Amino acid sequence: MAKSAATISAPRKDRKFTWKEVKRQKVLLIIALIVFLYGILFYYLPLFGWATAFIQYKPKFGIFGSSFIGFDKFKFLFTNESIGFWRVMRNTFCMGALNLVTSTFMAVVFAILLNEIKPNLIKKPIQTVSYLPHFLSWIVVTGILHSALSSTGIVNEVLMALGVTDQAINFFAFPEYFWGIVAFANVWKETGWNAIIYLAAITSIDPTLYEAASIDGAGRWAKIKYITLPGIKPTFMILLLINVGNVLNAGFEVQYLLGNGLVKKVSETIDIFVLKWGISQNDFSLGTAAGIFKSAISILLIVLCNAWAKHAGEERLF
Amino acid sequence: MNQKTHKPINGWDIAFKIFLAIFMVIFLVATLYPVINTIALSFNDGTDAVRGGIYLWPRVFSVKSYSTVLQMENLLTGFKISVLRTVIGTLSSLAINALLAFVLSRKRFLFASQLSFFYVITMYVNGGLIPTFILYRNLGLMNSFSVYWVTGLVSAWNMLVLRTYMKGLSESLEESAQLDGAGYFTIFVKIISPLCKPVYATIALFVAVWQWNNWFDAMIYNRMATDLTVLQYELMKLLSSVMQQSGSAESAKDAGGANTITPITVRSAASVVTMLPIICVYPFLQRYFVTGLTIGGVKE
Repeated sequence: MAKSAATISAPRKDRKFTWKEVKRQKVLLIIALIVFLYGILFYYLPLFGWATAFIQYKPKFGIFGSSFIGFDKFKFLFTNESIGFWRVMRNTFCMGALNLVTSTFMAVVFAILLNEIKPNLIKKPIQTVSYLPHFLSWIVVTGILHSALSSTGIVNEVLMALGVTDQAINFFAFPEYFWGIVAFANVWKETGWNAIIYLAAITSIDPTLYEAASIDGAGRWAKIKYITLPGIKPTFMILLLINVGNVLNAGFEVQYLLGNGLVKKVSETIDIFVLKWGISQNDFSLGTAAGIFKSAISILLIVLCNAWAKHAGEERLF
Repeated sequence: MNQKTHKPINGWDIAFKIFLAIFMVIFLVATLYPVINTIALSFNDGTDAVRGGIYLWPRVFSVKSYSTVLQMENLLTGFKISVLRTVIGTLSSLAINALLAFVLSRKRFLFASQLSFFYVITMYVNGGLIPTFILYRNLGLMNSFSVYWVTGLVSAWNMLVLRTYMKGLSESLEESAQLDGAGYFTIFVKIISPLCKPVYATIALFVAVWQWNNWFDAMIYNRMATDLTVLQYELMKLLSSVMQQSGSAESAKDAGGANTITPITVRSAASVVTMLPIICVYPFLQRYFVTGLTIGGVKE
């Protein structure tokens, strides 16, 4: 992403700002202007809406008519124990990090294993099936998950048949299972999809490397360890850096749909918090403050990880 | 497959193959079983299904659940609106993003870097839920169909994928067309777009899936407008009554008694209706989205 941002800023010789040129590319400029205005309206205007966090927002007075309160909402957010903002932060961060680690790990493992299957007649159908869950909505997926994990569901049936438990477990009633369920849901839904990019990276590895390794007597494991894994490392790094910035964003639908009163303490994420306080309780200023804090942390995470990647001499975003 | 018979049989190799086979079988079962089970349940008789024990095939075949679903006014409205928003949203978004990508991939265009940067930033920073909510309300997008397609028209990521693809096309065709006096619109429609069919298919699929599966906007902005509801949101309401129940401690004990809530067969039928269109389409578009994702990933 940012790489392309870097390449596009390279100056071109054949672009000169003259009226003749402007006239010549009138059509391009008109389209660009329309799209630019659209962007200002729908993407940049909400950024000015951040001002909402610093005023006591009253809808009928608007942003300019409401009274200025400075950082009061942030202070309230950080210091008021009863609204549980830090708990919500912890939930979001932990679930996001857990999801990132488990789904990346599974995608890499799946891609490597799938690549070991040589006949296309077997490989292709598996791949097709692996994409399926990505196309289902979270509503359907959580519905499925819910019936699978319910006390009469298939998971309990299997557990009881195997003798792991003699009484059905109601997985959604225990806070200690919740993060694991969310991580599992993400793995189930996205493994095949996330593996696409790793598979592409594996196929682009020079096949002569494998041939040379075979001649040297390298086994399957040695080839994976010394050729495949280093080969997908750049892709891995770039995706990691992008996803680290999304760790705090990856917590709404599943948690909202699977959460319930019993697991509320571990299931609530920032986005749910914002929805609850901002939309349901109508405290727009508090909701915005929480949203700003989330964005600030996300950007901080990207910058830190990028700096770390740069320091370690790895692939990086900017 | 292995023709080199002189190679000694390696114990590790066999162990690996067994492991691979087991892994893939578990993966396939875990992915497919819940979906097949949902379909089987949807075709089973409602009262019979309460007994449980339906796995891959309906025990007492019945299509009554589907007729029940088809009689639910809200689901029908939702289905209609979902189809509409998917069609309109996909076409409009594809057209705008393709046009923008076309503009940005023209070498002569004066503001290519500035406009790209302007949109790349939106991938990292956004106003967040509340400022967006306030804006949409001020723009009169509450309780309107427009909120489904106007608000997400330009997507930086989709635009970048399209732009990358267009940059890879040969410029000689365009130059010769220009010499023949063709304007930019003609070049876009007649020369660039036909070459972009694969990447257009990819982006169309991404947007269509997003449109079809989205319910958040319906819940936030069109909650009061029952004639503008979407299928996923109605399905959520249908399913969530059950989910909330199992969360309470007492229902953990009597989970079998599902009398007051929508029967599992009807819930399954509604789920099948929402997932069927996509399941039928995606296998044929595989080639496209794999290429599309790879372009996006490489450039990222």
